[in-house]
This record gives sequence, C-alpha cells and structure tokens, in this order.
Amino acid sequence: MTTMETRAAGTAAAAAGSEEIITGCDAVAQALRLADVDVLAGYPIRPYDSVMTAVSKMIANGQMDAEFIVAESEHSQFEIGKHASLVGARAFIGSSGVGWMYGMEALVVTSSLRLPVIALVGNRALDDPGAFGVEHNDALMVRDTGWLLYWVESAQEALDTTLLAYRVAEDKRVMLPCALSMDGAFLTHSQHIVQVPGPAPVAEFLPPYDLGDRRFHPDNPVSIAPQFNEDWVMEARRQADAAMRRARGVIAEATADFRRVFGRGPDDPFVDTYRMEDAEYALIGMGTVGLVGKVAVDRMRAAGRRVGFVRVKWFRPFPRPELRALLRGVKGVGIVDRDYSFGSNAHGGVLYTEVAAALYPEPTRPVIVPFIAGLGGREVSVENIEEMTDITEELTARGELDASCQWIGVRGPASDPRYDVERGAR
Amino acid sequence: MTAPEMTIPDLEINRRLTILPMQEFYTSGHRTCQGCESALVMRYMAKVAGPRTLVTGTTGCMYVANTSYNSTPWALPWAHTQLGSAGSSAVGTAAALKALMRKGKIPDERINVIAFCSDGGGGDMGLATLSAALQDTRYNLLILLYDNESYANTDIQASGMTPWGAVTAFTPSGSQMRITHHRWKKNVPALLMAGHPTGRYFANASSGFGMDLMEKVRTALDVGGPTFVQTHDPCPKGWDFDPRMSHELAILAVECGITVLWDCLEGELRYQGLTRQQVDGAVKRRPVADYLRRQGRFAHFADDDIDFFQARIDEMWEDWILPGVLRIKQTPFGPRPESGRSVPEPTEGGNHG
Ligand SMILES: Cc1ncc(C[n+]2csc(CCOP(=O)(O)OP(=O)(O)O)c2C)c(N)n1
Ligand code: SF4
Ligand SMILES: [Mg+2]
Repeated sequence: MTTMETRAAGTAAAAAGSEEIITGCDAVAQALRLADVDVLAGYPIRPYDSVMTAVSKMIANGQMDAEFIVAESEHSQFEIGKHASLVGARAFIGSSGVGWMYGMEALVVTSSLRLPVIALVGNRALDDPGAFGVEHNDALMVRDTGWLLYWVESAQEALDTTLLAYRVAEDKRVMLPCALSMDGAFLTHSQHIVQVPGPAPVAEFLPPYDLGDRRFHPDNPVSIAPQFNEDWVMEARRQADAAMRRARGVIAEATADFRRVFGRGPDDPFVDTYRMEDAEYALIGMGTVGLVGKVAVDRMRAAGRRVGFVRVKWFRPFPRPELRALLRGVKGVGIVDRDYSFGSNAHGGVLYTEVAAALYPEPTRPVIVPFIAGLGGREVSVENIEEMTDITEELTARGELDASCQWIGVRGPASDPRYDVERGAR
Repeated sequence: MTAPEMTIPDLEINRRLTILPMQEFYTSGHRTCQGCESALVMRYMAKVAGPRTLVTGTTGCMYVANTSYNSTPWALPWAHTQLGSAGSSAVGTAAALKALMRKGKIPDERINVIAFCSDGGGGDMGLATLSAALQDTRYNLLILLYDNESYANTDIQASGMTPWGAVTAFTPSGSQMRITHHRWKKNVPALLMAGHPTGRYFANASSGFGMDLMEKVRTALDVGGPTFVQTHDPCPKGWDFDPRMSHELAILAVECGITVLWDCLEGELRYQGLTRQQVDGAVKRRPVADYLRRQGRFAHFADDDIDFFQARIDEMWEDWILPGVLRIKQTPFGPRPESGRSVPEPTEGGNHG
C-alpha cells in the first residue's frame, strides 16, 4: 500500500469516532475511556485535575468501567496507581506542581519497579509563593529516574499520545511509566477541535496490558522488590537503562503503527520540526511554546529570515540523533526553557543543558544561546520569539560560543541582555 | 503457575478457631533477630490467611530483615510498599482486583488483601493512608500493624507508639536529662475505631497470645470490608532484653495491663482472655515495674518514673469507661464511680519540662 492509501484506510477506521471541541484535559479523559483504563486515582490540584473531573463523570454516567479512587494525598494516589498496575490493572494518575513533588517517592518506585503507569502532569510552577501558571520544573524532577517524558502541544496530540503512551510503556521491551506533560491553563483548559476515534481502531492499536510473570496474584506467588543492596542494584539500574534505550525503537514502531491505524499522526516521533529545511537559525522549545514559535517563524520567514522551530516532544528518551541531524548546518540555536536550573551550565535551563550536550560530538557546532522565558505562566509572545531570534543572530555574528543565559520577558533591568545580573548594573 | 491447592477449611465467622492448618506460608528464609516476635506475627498472619492472599508490607524490619533478594520467606505473593503506604497499597491492590474481576479480566473469586506496617510506617507516617483505607467500604482489605514500639530497622528510634520515657537512638538518657521521650504512646486501634464508623472490625492483639491473634486476623478476613488488627510484639534488640524472654514479655505486658486485648466487630466491643478476666476483676493486674524493670530501655527509670507510669495505667483501667481503649471518664449519661485519682504530671519532661 502507498502511504496515501494507508492513511485513507486508517482514516476510514477512525471515522467511527467523532469530532469534538474539547480541552486538553478532556482529550486525555477520552483517551482513558478508549484505553479501557481499570484503576484511576485522583487528588485535587490545578490544573491537571480536570482530567479526573471528566473521568469520574464518565464513570458515573456508565460510559467507562473503572475503579476511581479519591486519594488522601498525592503520595497515596501514586502508590495506589503503582499497586494497581502490579496486580495487572491499567492505571492512571496525574498531578501538577507541588502535588507532583509531594508524591515523589511513589513516582520513583513506580519507575524502579518498571510498572507502566501513565500520568498526566498539568505543568505548574512550584510554590512558594503560590502560582498556578505553567513551568516545566515539576515534570522535569523525574527526568533521571526512568520515567518516559513527553510534552504535548495540542489537545489532539494529548489524546493520541495518551494511547501511544500506554502502548509504549506496556511493551515488554520497555515496561516503564510515562508522564505526559501539558502546559497548565494554555492547554489543560483551552479548547481545540479533536478527532475522537471509535473503539475499533483503539482495540487494534493497543493490546491488553499483560504484566506476565510479575503479575501479583495468588496463582503467581512472587516476592516483589526484596531488599537488594550492593549485590544487585547496579544490574537493576542497568536493566532500566536498557529499557530506556529500547524505548526509542518501540516509540518509532508504535508511532508508525498509529499512523497506519488512525490515518494521522506525526512522521517524526521524537521532534516536531517547522520550516527547518534551509534554516540558518533555529529555536527549540517544549509544549505550547511551539504554537507561538511557529507563528513567529512564519512572520520572520515572510521578512526573508531563514529561521525554523524545533519542538522537542519526547524528552525521555532524549532525541539526541534527531537534534544532531536537524541542527547540522544551522549557524545559531536559541533554546527556550520554560524551566530553570539554578547554578547549572551557563545558568540556563534543563533543555539547554541537554541540547548543548547532544551537540557536543558534532565536528562543527552552532552558537547555542540559552533563554529562560514564560515562567509561572507568563505569556511567551511572538515578539518574545523574535527577540530571542534577534539575540541569537547577534551573538552568532559575534561568534559567541559561550553565551550566558538570557531571561526574556522579565521585569526590571535584568531584562536588558547587557545587564550584569551579578553586579546589578550594566 | 497453577494455583496452590486450597488447604484452609472454610471457617465461619464464629471468632473461634478450632482447627489450625498445618501449612505455613511464612517460612524459612528471613533474617530477623533471635526472639523477634514480629516475625512470629507474620507467621501467624500468613497461616490463617491461607494461599488465596496477597500481602504488601512497608519498609521496616519485616521488609529489610525478612526479604533479602533470593531468600524470601514468603510462600504467598508479597510486595514491598513504601514506608508510609500501607493503606494505599491495600486500596490499590484491592481496587485492581475488583476492577479486573468485574470486567472479566481475571477469574472472580475471594482473594484476601493484607497490608502490614509497623508503628513508624503505620502509626506515624502512614496514618492518613490507614484512615483513607478504612473509609473505603468498596474493598475487602486488612491492615495489620505490628507494633514493635520503635523505628526498629533504622536502629531503634522513638515513634509515636514508643512507650513514654523509653531510651531509643534519638531519645537517650543523659547526665542532665534523664528522660527525653516525652510522648505518651498513642492508641492507634482505638483512634482508628473511634474515627471510622464504617470500618467493620478493629482489634488489638499480642504476639504472646497466638490463638487470640490468629482468631482476630481470621475474623477480620472473614467479615471483609476494611479492617484493622494491631499486635504488640517484643523486640529484643530495641527493648534490650534477653531474646529467650520475648514471648514471656509479651504476656507480661498483658498481665500488667499495658497491652489490652480487645476487639470491636461492627460496633460491638469485647475484651479477650486475660484482659477480660482483669476487666471482670477475676484477675489482678501485676505492677508495671515487673515489666519495665526487665528491659534495658527503661533501666534509667527512677522510682518516680515507675510511679508515673503506673498511675497512667491505673487511670486507663479504673477511670476510663472503656478500660484501655478510650480516655472517656465522664459522659452526659453520668460519670464512672469516683476514683479520686488525679494523674500526676510526667516526672520529667512534661509540658513544663
Ligand atoms: C520515606 C522513608 N523515610 C525513611 C526511611 C528509613 N526507614 C527504613 S525502615 C525505617 C523504620 C520503620 O519503622 P517501623 O515502621 O516501625 O518498622 P520497623 O522497622 O519497626 O519494623 C525507616 C525510618 C524510609 N525507608 N523511607
Ligand atoms: S530489631 Fe526487633 S523487630 Fe527488628 S528483626 Fe530484630 S527483633 Fe525483630
Ligand atoms: Mg516499628
């Protein structure tokens, strides 16, 4: 079959579904219904929690058959998800900001037990002082612990990626949990047109969850997680490492299969590239900043500037090969971090450090400029993206290979790139 | 794997065990101390629960000393859960079983879910999870709290259930301060019973009274719904006594009226065994000094400290309407007959100390 024919067949299959105007959280809820999730545990914190509101309503209306548990803390919420998954139930959890932090211990053991729980993180700034708006530090806190991490840009992508996440996470070659990140308010609560598939293509795409010989059941008297110590810890870590490496192949396979079954979906599973063909400059970001970035790129392209945008979708496993290939030949790269990592390399954000490290083996490297923008839900505007492009071009022209991090859209003199933050003067 | 044969005869909820199975489901392979009563509790618990049981257990001695990789004592499926997660592990496990059975993904049958924890993980850190679990009447689950009266596995630190005044790694006796553990032991089964009217069964037991303990575990599993059993288990390492005396010390705690054997099934409170005889006045309590003086953790006690301890225990027996369970001395329906006792302030380290 040609690509066109395949897509047409997929579209026909997915056509059993419907088109709806729903929020990012509602789109995930639809995916959970379609995935026939067995156990869900919720605890209130904005903005992720509307997914639990939607799901509990569907259960109450008989549209979904699952046990829904209102936990008494995030720690319990995540432990409930973990233990349900161990019994062989498809499980779902989620949180935002400090809620995600509160349950951190339970998150860490979910990945070290290699249980394919799926979580929604409605990205939110950490306290203190309190703030509802988006920042990516919450989800990033688990980046070293064996969680697969994905940042979505639209409600459609949220629905599709939830299905994809279960397929990848539950694959025997992977068996790792996956957290889907969604920018708080900008996506959790904004409405998009979404194609909601019918049950048939989902059943074709997503096989039942099978924990195999680790299933916690009287027929299978296993001891789960006995004390290890130095005798075996390294081997277990190594197995998780191998699983994370294998995840790349499984993601590629599952994404291709998604396109076959549903007749839509991305060509590149790992990164979303926009007008990068002949780009001399590129901006890189995660989440909804991609939407703004693409508009800004169109505007700059119209003005004759050769600029493109790269949105990192899977943060774990990190798309190192894709980024290396994409940025080969690009002169200057600006990294838009919606997070912070105080005291890190060049005082940049987490994405910056990862991209810079990924490009290090390249024989010729672009100028890489770290930016921090949009913290705590502050808007990143088209003008902000243009400003970051301007600075990147300027520093590239100067051959500035050791650019220090610039904060964009922050009040006070610190917004002046020539302002010396440490001295408190220009 | 095929299912092990059912070896436990069906028991009625008559709360009296007449037949004990020969089979053990907690066997060799653990590395607990000599004289570890908590290990014995695990054995009793597994024995009466039988093979159609899932067990989760929090971090602590019954994890670290019990289950070293490649030498598990568990013939039942067992899974570790985090220190403060006994309640949530039980809920997650029971909810998954329920969903999978209802949806036909696994065969529909009665499977016991037991989550065990100790005084640190259950009585302190995970108390909220016990509370949540005991409210969730959708599920059949038993939470068993083995009370060895310290954070034992981390080398004996005081918990909220360590007896007043006891020396632990964090509450030493020094040249200027004789007593540094100031908190009176909290009564977790009573706390849970009082606050969770939909919990079906609550019990306090002792490792020294095996039949009573097994009857309580079996009753809890038979009545179903969320249930709670606590056991009082001497720990030679933490309490500092000769391991040969473990069992005797457990019995002594009951004889002195420090440990109270009671249970409450659907709102009906009962006392058992020796405790019942004490409540009825048939048997006199022994002085607490008999118990305290046998343990290194109380070796620094002055006579005043012993007197204070005794006064508190006396109050619990003679002034409380429900001896040893709830500190209610007077109700709108009238007081208990006047005892005239006023309980003294702690000898050292009281509110003023
Ligand atoms: C979150 C967390 N904090 C601290 C510890 C360290 N820790 C391991 S075992 C233990 C003692 C637990 O005491 P208890 O629950 O009474 O069980 P016991 O050791 O007495 O059997 C502690 C504090 C831990 N494992 N997890
Ligand atoms: S320290 Fe106490 S509870 Fe722990 S294994 Fe030894 S005797 Fe048992
Ligand atoms: Mg303890």
